Order: sequence, then C-alpha cells, then structure tokens
Amino acid sequence: MSKKILAFAELKDGKFKNSAFEVVSTASRLSKDLACEMVVLTIGEATQTEADTLSVYGATKLISVSLNELNSKSQVPGIKYSPSAFAKVISAVSAKESADTIIFSATSLGKELAGRVAVMTDSAVFNDCTELNVADGKITAVRPVYAGKSIIGVSAETDKIVITIRPNVFKPEITDTGTVELQILNTNDLAISPSDFSSVVVEVVVSSEKLDVAEADRIVSGGRGLKGPEHFHLVEDLANAIGAATGASRAVVDAGWRPHSEQVGQTGKTVSPTLYIACGISGAIQHLAGMSSSKCIVAINKDKDAPIFQVANYGIVGDVFEILPALTDEMKKIVSQ
Amino acid sequence: MKIIVCVSLVPDSTTKVKIADNGKSIDENGVSFILNPYDEFAVEEALQLKEKNGGEVIAVSFGGDKAKDAIKKAFQMGADKGVLIRTSDSEFDSFTTAKNLSEYIKSESPDLVLLGKQSIDFDSMLLPSMISEMTGLASTSVVVKLDINGNAATAEREIEGGKEILQFNLPALVGVQKGINDPRYPNLKSIMAAKSKPIEEINATYNGNRVSVVEMNMPPTKASGKLFTNGKEDVSELVKLLREEAKVI
Repeated sequence: MSKKILAFAELKDGKFKNSAFEVVSTASRLSKDLACEMVVLTIGEATQTEADTLSVYGATKLISVSLNELNSKSQVPGIKYSPSAFAKVISAVSAKESADTIIFSATSLGKELAGRVAVMTDSAVFNDCTELNVADGKITAVRPVYAGKSIIGVSAETDKIVITIRPNVFKPEITDTGTVELQILNTNDLAISPSDFSSVVVEVVVSSEKLDVAEADRIVSGGRGLKGPEHFHLVEDLANAIGAATGASRAVVDAGWRPHSEQVGQTGKTVSPTLYIACGISGAIQHLAGMSSSKCIVAINKDKDAPIFQVANYGIVGDVFEILPALTDEMKKIVSQ
Repeated sequence: MKIIVCVSLVPDSTTKVKIADNGKSIDENGVSFILNPYDEFAVEEALQLKEKNGGEVIAVSFGGDKAKDAIKKAFQMGADKGVLIRTSDSEFDSFTTAKNLSEYIKSESPDLVLLGKQSIDFDSMLLPSMISEMTGLASTSVVVKLDINGNAATAEREIEGGKEILQFNLPALVGVQKGINDPRYPNLKSIMAAKSKPIEEINATYNGNRVSVVEMNMPPTKASGKLFTNGKEDVSELVKLLREEAKVI
C-alpha cells in the first residue's frame, strides 16, 4: 500500500521547467488512484508565486531546499549541481516524509538522480516510463526498450519505487487546488556534510539559445537528403518558422555535418514531440526507434519507398530543396494568422 | 593507473526485434551481438589514459558465457585483463548487475571506473549512478570530455541544450557518451594477442532483482498515413491538414 508520493520538480533560472508540471500532474493523478498523499520537493530558490504555479496541476504542498544554503555545506563555492548531494537531500526528505514513491522527469538530472536515490532508499526503479498504471494498490509501468523497438511492462519486488517519466509523454492535467503551501526546509535538518559533494558542477555552458531536441514539442530533422551541411539552413528556417528544435540523423552526425547533441535515434536521443518533421531522412531502423513515438510525423523524401513513410502520418514524395522553402513559407503564413 | 571498464554485450542496433515465446524477452535467434557501442567509447578512453599514464585496463562483464564476447572485444582493442562475473540467471535487473559489479570494484580498489552511459538494449542509464552510490565513488555520466591531472578530474557532461563542467577527485566513476573519442579498430596483431588472454571467472555474489519484467510487446502500430505525390504542389494541403485534422500547428 502506497502511503505517500514525493514528486521532484526541477527549477531552471528560478522557474519550474515544463517537465516539473508533468511530474506534479502525474504524481497528483497517482495519489488519487492510490488514495494517498502527495508532496512536491524542489532544490533551488522557490518563491511563493512560483509555488502557486503548481496548484493547477494538483499540488498542495511544496518543500523547498535552498541551493545557496545547500552549497554553503560544501567546500567549493558557487556549485550549480552535485549528483551526490542532491540525491542525499532527496533521500533525506523522502525519509522525513515517509514517502514510498518518488517521481522524477527523465531529464539529464532526473535520470542521474533516480539510480542514486533508489540505492539510498532501497527502492526499485521504473525508468523512462511512458505509461503508469495502478492496480490493487500497486503501481506498474510501461517503458520502451531497444530504443523503442519494443515495450515492456514492469512491476516492483520492493515496497518502495523510484519512477522517472519520459518528458512530453504525460501531458499535465488541470486540477486546480488554488494555493500551494510553501515549506522552506532548513538544510541543517538534513545532515549534509562536505563529503556529500563528491562531484560538483562548477559551470553550466549553454551551447546555444536553441531548443534541445530532448525537450522540444516540435522537431524538424534533416538527413543525407540535404546533401551537405551548407543546406541545413533550410531545416533551420522551417524550425524557426514553427518554433521547433532542429534534429539530425546519425548519418549526418557521423559525417560531421551536425553536432551529436542533435542526433535522434538509437545512439542519439529518443524523442516524442507533438510534431516531428523528417526531411531527407530515409528512416533507418535506428532512427525510427528514436522518433516513432512522436504524435504526428511528417516525412519529406524523394524515394516513395523510404521506410520513413511507414511511420509517417503525412508524407510528401519530392525534393527537399523544393518542398522545404515552400513549406516554410506556408507555415509562416498560417502561424502569423 | 588501474582502470576498470564495465562492458556488456547487446543486440546490434540494426536488429529487428521479435518477441520470444515466453512473452517477456526478445527472440535471440538470428540476432547478432556486439559490444555495447557506449562501452566501446569507455574501453577506448581507458586505453588512451593508460597510454598516457601507464597502468592496466581490466574489462569486467556480468552475465553468462555470452558476456565473454564483450570482454574478448575489449581484449582486441587492447585491454590487459578480463573478468567475467558469472551468473546462471537469465533475468537480472540493473540493481543486481550494479550490485555484483560494485562488489568486484570494491575488491579491486581501482583509480577509475569507466562504462557506457547506457547499454543499447534496455537503455536504463542506471548503472553509473547505482554503482557510484554502492561503491561510494565520485561520479558523473553522459561525459563527452574527460581530463585527468594527477588526482584531480574535470569532465564535461552533456545536458539539455548545453554542458555541465564537473570537478571531482579520483578514485571515481565516469559514464561516457558518444563524442568523447573515436574508438580504435583492432589490428591483426591485437586480435592475435587477444586470443591468448585468459578470462578470469568469479561467481556472482548477489541476486535480488527489484524489478520484474511482466510482459514484452511490440509498440502500437500506426494507421497508415496520407502520402502526397505531387511534391511542392501538395504543401498547402499538407499544412491545412496539420492545422485542421492533426491540430499540431
């Protein structure tokens, strides 16, 4: 029997990330299904105004641990993040709250913390879930394996579970609670010592102002059909017109046309945006694995037999050099309406 | 410098998945297995560090007979020693794997543990953080650049839309990401040398899965989409459908 769910909400520049709303909303739904309590935890400088933004997703209480205060326990100044210290804080709060289920978003941070927290709290881990179900008072999960070529249903052998949910899959549901009680936790209560900061992030480098494919709700990806890195502006123009991130196939990343951070597929990122537009990508099985769970897939390719058309909701057979500029123009018109 | 690299054997990324009769795993008939691509980067990084600083590279794998092939590939690349932590169980989760690897790592007290950020079969991304917690090693993962200077290490880790720069001291554990290096191709000499390297075997000490696979299924298939064949002329109709039918614009 589940007693309490702890939802970890990530802050970025003082504001909750979109993934935080997904986590809170999912935790809220599970707490209803399990008839148990739910509390939200964040590490950072949360304000009451920011706490209240969680109310529409079903939160009633936010526990906040100040990052500045946490950092004062370390010997390195200006730490942005420390996996070991964050995991210690989350495990300590989980114990204080007697939580038996902890939910993260499967972001870089969530995926890293989940394993550590699970070991600290004697929990099973359901990671990168795309579906969560409750039956007989227990949570079970569905998650993709083999980069999405198949899916597995999993159950826990322990009473406690740590869950990470894939970003963009669990759409936040609105259940307004009105206001959120903000509790600022004193780090002195958490027994954090300098040795808990075994590895520390001293600097965060933003590689570009562009959206990252892993977080984007719309993605425009380019492949070999673009014929060279100098033609990727066609992909970028369309992406800019619709506020999308740019992605790439493995072939063009391996050829050095695009950075690895843009690669979608089995040795790149697995994505599930609302809209995925594949331009000049034939659709190797590794690529399809990384994007076929997108909600709406548009494919542009000159080969009508290209495998990408098998997963596409809409396909245009033709030359990307003709179609992309026309599509960009048409999108600009409709977006400005 | 004593470096342990954790390696695993996975189905090749071109594998078409078929589900086995038990309904819980893939049908391995006709599947070709390879060293997990991310572990290949880890082996390469270990070899480069050894070439620079001296020391030894030990490849360790947890599993049955098949796991030996991952160690053999590491031998071909140049690993000095190989250890198989043998289990007779066919089903083991990340926790059991991490626990057995951690016990071995603790007994060896290496300066550095390297492994892929994830294996491309179950894509769990759990081993780096679980092992570091179990062994008490400082750690980070998804690393695209690693600099080691004496006892001090700096790593660049890929995150959404950027990178984090981390500092930590050895001994440590690092999960590596594509881009950190270009793995070498084994040459004939190293392939021949690999044949005579023995694989040491030890028995698994822990078995206590925390997660059970209940069932495996194929992902839901999509209804066939609309295909336009008039090229540019169909663009306005496509955009109209994206707005009115799919409602995504």
